[in-house]
Amino acid sequence: MEFDSNYLMFIVRWLHVLSGVMWVGLLWYFNFVQTPTVPTIPAELRPAIPKHIMPVALFWFRWAALSTIVFGLILAYQSEYLHKALALGLTDNVSKHAAIGFGMWMGLIMAFNVWFIIWPNQQKVIGLVEASDEEKPKAARAAGLASRVNTMLSIPMLYSMVSAQNIY
Amino acid sequence: MGNPLDSLTGTVVLGLIITVVMVLLVNAIGA
Repeated sequence: MEFDSNYLMFIVRWLHVLSGVMWVGLLWYFNFVQTPTVPTIPAELRPAIPKHIMPVALFWFRWAALSTIVFGLILAYQSEYLHKALALGLTDNVSKHAAIGFGMWMGLIMAFNVWFIIWPNQQKVIGLVEASDEEKPKAARAAGLASRVNTMLSIPMLYSMVSAQNIY
Repeated sequence: MGNPLDSLTGTVVLGLIITVVMVLLVNAIGA
């Protein structure tokens, strides 16, 4: 094995996957575990979630989202298909570029949701940013819906990423 | 009818539907 540019590309891919597992893992934890479980937790124990769990979970969640995108864009650039994929393969009619392109756009939308909808609204919900009693339920709804949109998009996004690497 | 994203099942079903549409589009784009 040579420690050449191919190896560097592999390291970037590895970091992209590590970050993505952290990001989507926490996304699925929020949607498949935490949100459905909260109503069953005794009222006196519930404050532990916004006070202790959410600030840490949201820290790793948002930074993992950003690093997944950064390493993914570097990888696409190294692979010389960044612009072709962002054009959804329409400029060269290559299936692999279309497949990875759909995944890239869904990943970009998901990261936008994390940083500009989920995080600002969750800060209000967990009390890191001041919000009135009327604002808090609206912020929770906006963050919850954006999180569900991301869970929905994670399914085709991962199909596109894995299929572009393996079947196209 | 409520918002399908309010349930986990609705969310996953929508994700699968988008996956199928995406696969059809990828095949249509690929020469």
